[in-house]
Amino acid sequence: MSYVVQRLLTFPLILLGVSILVFVSIRLVPGDAITAMLGTEAGLLTPAQRESLAAYFGIDQPVWSQYLRWLGGLFQGDLGISSIYGKPVLTVILERFPLTLQLALMSMTISLCVGIPLGVLAATRNERPSDLVVRVLAMLGQSTPSFVIGILIIYVLSVFFGFVPAMGTFTPLFVDPLASIAQLIFPAITLGFAFAASVTRISRSAMLDVLSDDYVRTARSKGASPMSVIWRHALPNALIPVVTLCGVEFGYLLGGAVIVEQIFALPGLGRLVLDAITQRDYALVQGTILFIAFNFLVVNLLVDLAYVALDPRIRIGRR
Amino acid sequence: MTRLLSVRDLRVGFGQDPKANEVVKGVSFDLDAGQTLAIVGESGSGKSVSALSINRLVDFGGGRITGGSIELTRADGSVLDVTKADERTLLGIRGHDVGMIFQEPMTSLNPVHTVGAQIEEAFRLSKGLTGEQAHRASLDVLGRVRIPDAQSRLGYYPHQLSGGMRQRIMIAMALAASPRLLIADEPTTALDVTVQAQIMALLAELREETGMAMIFITHDIGLVAGIADRIMVMQNGVAVEQDEADRVLDAPQHDYTRHLLRAVPHFTSGAAVRGDSARPTASEPIVKVDDLVVRFPVGRAWFKPKGAIHAVDGVSFDLMAGETLAIVGESGCGKSTTARALLGLNTVTRGDIQVTSGRSGRPVQMVFQDPFASLNPRLNVEALLAEPAIANGQRLDADLRKRMAFLLDRVGLPQDALSRYPHQFSGGQRQRLCIARALMLNPDVVVLDEAVSALDVSVQARVLDLLIDLQHEFGLAYLFISHDMAVVERIAHRIAVMFAGQVVEIGNARAVLHEPQHSYTKRLIAAVPAVERRRQRFAVDMTQVPSLVRPAGYEPPAAQWREAGEDHRVRLEEQA
Amino acid sequence: MGKLFSALFRHPSGRIGLVIIGLYLIIAVLGMLGLTPHDPLKLFAIDRLKPPSATYWFGTDLLGRDTFSRLMVGIRQSMVIAFASVAIATLAGTIIGLLSAWWGGVWDGIFMRVMDVLLAFPAILLALLIIAIVGPGTTTSIAAIAIVYTPIFARVVRGPALSLKQRDFVDAARTFGSSQPYILTRHLLLNLVAPLAVQVTLALAWALLTEAGLSFLGLGTQPPTPSLGLMLSESRNLMQQAPWLMIFPAVTIMLGILGFNLTGDALRDILDPRTQRREA
Repeated sequence: MSYVVQRLLTFPLILLGVSILVFVSIRLVPGDAITAMLGTEAGLLTPAQRESLAAYFGIDQPVWSQYLRWLGGLFQGDLGISSIYGKPVLTVILERFPLTLQLALMSMTISLCVGIPLGVLAATRNERPSDLVVRVLAMLGQSTPSFVIGILIIYVLSVFFGFVPAMGTFTPLFVDPLASIAQLIFPAITLGFAFAASVTRISRSAMLDVLSDDYVRTARSKGASPMSVIWRHALPNALIPVVTLCGVEFGYLLGGAVIVEQIFALPGLGRLVLDAITQRDYALVQGTILFIAFNFLVVNLLVDLAYVALDPRIRIGRR
Repeated sequence: MTRLLSVRDLRVGFGQDPKANEVVKGVSFDLDAGQTLAIVGESGSGKSVSALSINRLVDFGGGRITGGSIELTRADGSVLDVTKADERTLLGIRGHDVGMIFQEPMTSLNPVHTVGAQIEEAFRLSKGLTGEQAHRASLDVLGRVRIPDAQSRLGYYPHQLSGGMRQRIMIAMALAASPRLLIADEPTTALDVTVQAQIMALLAELREETGMAMIFITHDIGLVAGIADRIMVMQNGVAVEQDEADRVLDAPQHDYTRHLLRAVPHFTSGAAVRGDSARPTASEPIVKVDDLVVRFPVGRAWFKPKGAIHAVDGVSFDLMAGETLAIVGESGCGKSTTARALLGLNTVTRGDIQVTSGRSGRPVQMVFQDPFASLNPRLNVEALLAEPAIANGQRLDADLRKRMAFLLDRVGLPQDALSRYPHQFSGGQRQRLCIARALMLNPDVVVLDEAVSALDVSVQARVLDLLIDLQHEFGLAYLFISHDMAVVERIAHRIAVMFAGQVVEIGNARAVLHEPQHSYTKRLIAAVPAVERRRQRFAVDMTQVPSLVRPAGYEPPAAQWREAGEDHRVRLEEQA
Repeated sequence: MGKLFSALFRHPSGRIGLVIIGLYLIIAVLGMLGLTPHDPLKLFAIDRLKPPSATYWFGTDLLGRDTFSRLMVGIRQSMVIAFASVAIATLAGTIIGLLSAWWGGVWDGIFMRVMDVLLAFPAILLALLIIAIVGPGTTTSIAAIAIVYTPIFARVVRGPALSLKQRDFVDAARTFGSSQPYILTRHLLLNLVAPLAVQVTLALAWALLTEAGLSFLGLGTQPPTPSLGLMLSESRNLMQQAPWLMIFPAVTIMLGILGFNLTGDALRDILDPRTQRREA
């Protein structure tokens, strides 16, 4: 149990580090903080207005007290005001988040459903033609960036099927589940393509390692059938590295959403970050990146706990 | 007796071209129901591969049977040639007719399933038992392998059990099928000697209870003297000799069998101790260890350790120039920690280590157990041997090269070894390299931490001879750490027996081995297998090693000693 | 080194990978020397949106620029950024990981928590954060990718370094009194070359991918300098009329990443003691 406790103890510590990094990095933006906060509109201010704004935002205070103030705001859900939208940053983020979350979860589901069976298949047919085909496909999949896949999908759909995926809008899941899923299916495939390839590769190599382990030999010596050896004895052990991969890859999915949402013109968090960066809405940049990092950390923590659940050597110490 | 198994001209190969890479080259043997056959050989002799061919597990390790036949009489009386059987039939043999236990009980159990689930699975596969029936059968079989408190143990995961317990679980799993043949592949090699004795006793009892036949694979011919009806000796894929156990042990015909019986260290209860150099009493000891204590804190709660592992708890001894002191004991007794403390590799909690500065600035050097791990694989022999000298301010010049060449010659390695890398040498040669390296600084004392334990038995003997020669030539004192009583008997002048972090008995080798006084020493020596001990019954002994974890602030009571003879001291035991 | 090279060449995927990397390196050098068929920036006004031909091997774009020449310069740009960023990340990560493992204790805790903070950001977002602060450009891309990969290298080095530290040959070195720099370089670093080589190759693939991704978003290399990602991004509106504008950059990006991935995999096969054992 000490492993879980240790993870839970370092979690807030890392969160604190993340907030400091984001806070400091935005303070490093060339030009003064007023410009940073108001973007181009800051040019319209008179010096007197600037000073009163500085006092209002506490920018005349030392940096550490500014940070504490900002951190205090964070705890109350106050991420500042977006200059693009003129709304609280958190409100804007929460409007956009469901799409990105759904997209990431759909990609992950697709990747695992495709990757694990393919990896197991390849491992059990080690060095035979079906293994080679899977390996070549996985290698190609891992080497193809999502924006290449995305553009190819759009190209093939539009040129050969005369079909243009719906772009620009999003039907929330709870309004019309089928339409919502259908709308995100191609973006999810795009985003999950490389992930499916790495799941395939990791499950294949983990499975190969596990199949040569002693306890698999024991299971065979007991007369366990090949199917039982693979699914009951080998797979639970082989899944341990796959679970670890899921935690790391969830971050790539959240990050990859930036590109995929751009290609399919989806109004998600990724698009939001891009718009915020190009339009110099620093409060929004800060808020969104912090929000995504927070989610990534939470997912990683959950994955670690799942990992613990899978592996009794960590779950239960020696008695 | 009915014939159970008949193997004829068995050939097994590996790799792309199995016929060209045969590991087993035409082995034949028979086994009757209820009989025990021991297959003895060193690593690479093909003994495990031969046995794994009987239930065709060898297929999954990349092996192919390239010739011969294996005729197995099944429970219904029909005879099956295993080499030609299809996978379906083989499933019916594995876990029904043939059960198996392996060398590494830790890795042979699935870490993600409870031992109960794994035993119940064996009952399901062999007898179709499920649910409550399987559960009750599992409880019952745990009782048969003498596991106390069976009900709660079923819920344990393998990592929560000791090595001996795990091997009992493996045996229970094999017994679930009531096999008529049990193949035991080095089942005790990874275990401590007293645990080994318990497992051997258990196997002997179960064989009598069930009437099953056994194939027992081992590298230790002394071990099988207690259990085998027949012995087959294998070397390089060929059975060089097979016969009744007594005939093989008493009148070996083949040179290799004779070599295994005579050249290899066997335990003789003190008859084979060294006769050279009696202990000089007048001179001062070169190493003096007084009340050495090494503790490792455990269970930190808010930066204050809750307790400590008392790895070494008040150890004292001294070592004279030119003498060998062996520290013996089982895993976890603190012998290696003591050795490492002497070289400053552990932080010492308390106590005093005095080394008389002798011929060089670093009078104590060390040779480690695993010659594969103690040589940096990316450096060549010249760089490896030069390292101690360079670390002590010498330059890689003609003088240093001369010393390297001299020492290589003395440990029996060719001069052209200098430009080669560790992986180009065998295990025994690497250990010779490690010895040469330890001698580079011309030390007075060499600590040998299980220095021959990782070597094949016949290589062990030669390295031991080398060590004795070097001791005479350079006047070295050895601190020889070992779990192997047979090896210790050959090299030690004096012996210290360690148990649970403390020395329980110390004295001259002959006295300690021949007339052990402390109950632990007696138990340890009784557990050592020996050629002379034929079909001896080991009592099943369930004594457990006490936990070394103590609460913070705990101090053991002061040791009381009794003189058992000249240079023979025994620690008084608490009256239980 | 020569032995490793020939082993790579004997490995089926290693050979393909090496050929691709070699080809890209040659193109990058030619691109650096300006030896392109046409001026990549010159607008051939009468030759807009020409399909591939003898003059314009890969066709021309909306402004009449030669796609092939622009791809050559794009490859140069990608390779420079990938190699520079991975070199920085390798150096920084190795030093941090090695010292963290060797010193242990408090230092290890501090170093690794800082790395954890960096790893808490999805890679591309951390890069975007840096770009948001400094503004896009070649140097920013190099710095951003280097910062993203430093913690990964630190972890890759720290794990094996910790286990090497426990190995008997390090203990043996201590008993001789070998100096810390000697142990760190000859016993630890020398044995880390294999895992590092694999990681460097795979990181190069990732760096190519990240660079292309950033420029695809318009936040990497800035126009008018050609870059693979931007070329692909610009092709989207013309994919019906001028598919070559999409196909060639797409294949160029994929092939480059594939080359490094294949080589990295082959290296791992060759250097992994487990596969060696499996063959033996």
